[in-house]
Amino acid sequence: MNDTALQYVLAALLVLPLLGAVGALLPAPPGLKGRGPDQAVLRHGVTVTGAVLVLAIVLAAGFDHDHPAKMQATTDLNWISALRIHLHLGVDGISLPLLVLTALLTFLCALYSYFKMPEGPSPKAFVALLLLLEGGTLATFAVLDLMLFFLAFEMVLIPMYFLIARWGGGEREKSALRFIVYTLLGSVIMLLGLLLIGVKAGTFDMVALATDNGSSLSHSTQLLAVLAIGVGLAVKAPMWPLHSWLPDAHTAAPTVGSVLLAGVLLKMGTYGLVRIVLPMAPDGMHTFAPYLAAFAVVGIVYGSLACLALARQGNGGDLKRLIAYSSVGHMGFVLLGIASMTPTGVNGALFANIAHGLITGLLFFLVGAVKDRYGSSDLDTLAGRTGAALYGRAPRLGGLVAFAAVASLGLPGLAGFWGEMLSVFGAFKPADGLSRPAYLTFTAVAAFGTLLTAAYLLVVVRRVCMGDRGTVDAQPALADVRGYEFAAWTPLAALTVLAGLWPAVLLGLTDPAVHTLLGGN
Amino acid sequence: MPSLVQSVDWTALAPAAIPAVLAVAVLVADLFLPKERKELLAWVTVGGLALAALSLIPLRAGRHATFCLTDEKMRPLHDGQATATAGCSYAADHFTLVVQALVLGGALLTALLSVNTQDDLPAGEYWFLLLSSAAGAALLPASRDLATLIVALEVTTLPAFALVGLRRGDRLSSEAALKFFLSSVAATAVSLLGISFVYAATGTLHLAAVADGLAHAPAQLATLAKVGAALTLVGFAFKLAAAPFHFWVPDTYAGAPLPVAAYLSVVGKAAGFSGLILVSVIAFRPYDDVWGPTFGVLAALTMTVGNVGALRQRPGVERGAVRLLAWSSIGQAGYLLVPLAAASDADSPAHEIGTTVAYALMYAVVNLGAFAVAALVSRTAPLGRLSDYRGLYASRPAAALALGFFLLCLAGLPPGIIGLFAKVAVFSSAVGAQHGWLAVIMAVNVVIALVYYLRWTALLFARPEGAPEGSASLAELPADGGATAVSRTPVGLVAAIALTAAAGIVLSGAPQLILRYAQGSLL
Repeated sequence: MNDTALQYVLAALLVLPLLGAVGALLPAPPGLKGRGPDQAVLRHGVTVTGAVLVLAIVLAAGFDHDHPAKMQATTDLNWISALRIHLHLGVDGISLPLLVLTALLTFLCALYSYFKMPEGPSPKAFVALLLLLEGGTLATFAVLDLMLFFLAFEMVLIPMYFLIARWGGGEREKSALRFIVYTLLGSVIMLLGLLLIGVKAGTFDMVALATDNGSSLSHSTQLLAVLAIGVGLAVKAPMWPLHSWLPDAHTAAPTVGSVLLAGVLLKMGTYGLVRIVLPMAPDGMHTFAPYLAAFAVVGIVYGSLACLALARQGNGGDLKRLIAYSSVGHMGFVLLGIASMTPTGVNGALFANIAHGLITGLLFFLVGAVKDRYGSSDLDTLAGRTGAALYGRAPRLGGLVAFAAVASLGLPGLAGFWGEMLSVFGAFKPADGLSRPAYLTFTAVAAFGTLLTAAYLLVVVRRVCMGDRGTVDAQPALADVRGYEFAAWTPLAALTVLAGLWPAVLLGLTDPAVHTLLGGN
Repeated sequence: MPSLVQSVDWTALAPAAIPAVLAVAVLVADLFLPKERKELLAWVTVGGLALAALSLIPLRAGRHATFCLTDEKMRPLHDGQATATAGCSYAADHFTLVVQALVLGGALLTALLSVNTQDDLPAGEYWFLLLSSAAGAALLPASRDLATLIVALEVTTLPAFALVGLRRGDRLSSEAALKFFLSSVAATAVSLLGISFVYAATGTLHLAAVADGLAHAPAQLATLAKVGAALTLVGFAFKLAAAPFHFWVPDTYAGAPLPVAAYLSVVGKAAGFSGLILVSVIAFRPYDDVWGPTFGVLAALTMTVGNVGALRQRPGVERGAVRLLAWSSIGQAGYLLVPLAAASDADSPAHEIGTTVAYALMYAVVNLGAFAVAALVSRTAPLGRLSDYRGLYASRPAAALALGFFLLCLAGLPPGIIGLFAKVAVFSSAVGAQHGWLAVIMAVNVVIALVYYLRWTALLFARPEGAPEGSASLAELPADGGATAVSRTPVGLVAAIALTAAAGIVLSGAPQLILRYAQGSLL
């Protein structure tokens, strides 16, 4: 497929969800009314996200896999010349997997909601917000202009806020407000950093700035810019100690909200670090990388310890909160890989990004299903004294929970393994000029973190999936995995296996692009 | 001896003269119109303001000027050479035209808001006062000498006092007017004192000449000149409601009839900031090392005070919606000052002034829109509490979506793209001028502001539950009385909401339309 056609595919990929969001608010046209307005609008959501997924697959198929380092399907239009903002779009090997992941997860969420709409107000607004969210996330990964990146980054805030505040549970309004205040504070500070780069370098074009490799920015400018942008992205990622919005948001969010929050929204932070901070201000990043690495490994250990505490009997741990904390740990590996500033580490980070999106997305789906069946995601309520015995009561669901947990702890052969291994490898031998002993310490701590991760996930599996014989026959009987649940979860499980067995699919895409971003060394 | 007779360019004067002439005409016509035909006055006012706005079109080249000194030798030199507008008291340059467009557009929307909604107010007086004030506000940005400037400022504000207090028998309204009047007159007196000092030190009132005079002021008059400059700025800062001169705003807005509050929040502010720009950037240019940092501090103070004040508004308070908009307008005035603080260091202040103007245009559109929806809601819920907005989406989806959009524009979050980029422009001028501290304070303020804007937005889409009968009946409207409720809505109000929403959406798609002023060809 030639580049012009691909260009239109990419543009359509970004415009379609936004048009769909407007369409969801309008009354259904005659002939598409379905079985009622609710069903019609939910079906509209499935159709639009499905079309977006098809476009994303077409984009991936048409992508020139021989030159993944080159920006493809590029569009560059002048939009606001007063601020030198261009509508500059394009994909390369780094953004393509994230685009496909976003399209896939949103489609699965729409599909899941079609059959199991979360409790709350009308589905009309739900679908519109979901599509708006998808548009913003896709745009974040596809734009090549710093100000557009900021715009896309902000675009997801309002939809996510309302998804949590309207369709969530528990202390939803408070959690939603906390989510948006934290991330907005981060992103406004990021804006200052982006403006600093733009004002000093005279352009907001991300390709030009990345090619420039920070040579037009003075060292102090780079330091300030990395600090400001880094803080903004670290809130989103989230990096310890700026993560405290995440567990509350996840606990309160509806299932699909959690899936998208963990699956794609967190990736915007790490993607920004790789796409903006690493190539545009390498000197500044050099100074801050050890600190980032230190915070990352603290996050790994902290997340695991928090999970261990939540998983213990009698602590009243919430499963969703537990997985949220495990995200802090997993994203710690991603940040560690980025902080190593080596191609190995950054490749590992990007791989771990995708793997985390697949696995944690699946985990949140599963926990949502468990919560629906038990009416609670409180681990003690679920497990009772001996365990919930999901293997016996709902064998397929139990099997999937165990599969996702094992994938999450990084079992070789599944997706979770490669990313974390490469990240740790990268940190073992960091880029020139970074303190080797410090990084060796970080590597050791991170390795210890993997042990802790394995520990809490196995505890969860034991308490949720296993149990004594008496529990198995408890009434009422639990429904096992339903048809639509299979449809929503199978792609994630299959891709987890695929990425685990054949990591070259992803690494082949990211590796050349990473080498280019890091300045060819 | 050359002739002292000046030739007057009436085309250039039209934007200010049309409302003035019309004001008198309306006042006279009011005497002869029977009570049931008073609505005609409203439409005459709307038409006249539209005509005044159209009269800007022939001036768009931006080279008109009038009331010029006839003696070439008396014309002050600007950068060593005489420019076309030097020595003129009235200049219709690009800056003037944009601000006049803002002011007249704002007055036009205010007029639309008032059609049929203010039946308890005396019609003739109301339209007369509104037009007079608009005439003053249109004159102000064109003034190029201190005397004209102060006269224009007073023509803008004096009718506004009367407008605020026009609701007879309303204690709150009279109190608001008195508060506004006393504090404003005090500020004007201070300004006049300052101007007299400046005149004493420089011997001229023309802005460009004042700059020249201040730069070469005799040493023994330097203190006098500095004090004069500071005192002059106080008066304009007051009109802009910059902290610490903001205290009159919430009570005045809450006490005034709603369209008047809308008018003050947009046109009053526009008058204040355009005067501030003219005085500081042109006349007091030699003192930019003093007023630049001062504006920076004022900006930081104003936005913080305004946003914290707005954050403290509780949903159950009477007239809480207008109070919140009043506090938020103080916060927004703080953002308007940021580029001015940056202008002092810049080589060409035109960029920064353009940013302020662009931000003011965005603010005018969405703030008037928010007031328009508030006026709509106050027809069914006269108490004007924030809690009256609960579940607005269920009863009036279009109005709720519009208000949500306006509030998000004010907060600067997508889908309010124009608000976002206007803020980006302001941030960018602060970062560009090395005012990092100001940018950080503004960043924090943007987050504070988000909380209350979002709280209100969330209220619009909340389920109307557990509310007392007032709001419950609002929610039940669409089932039986939706159609009749819509048809009873005055056409002016609908037009105002539609116009501002359309403008906001178009600008969100093409922010360049107003952000091009930030590229700097003004002044």
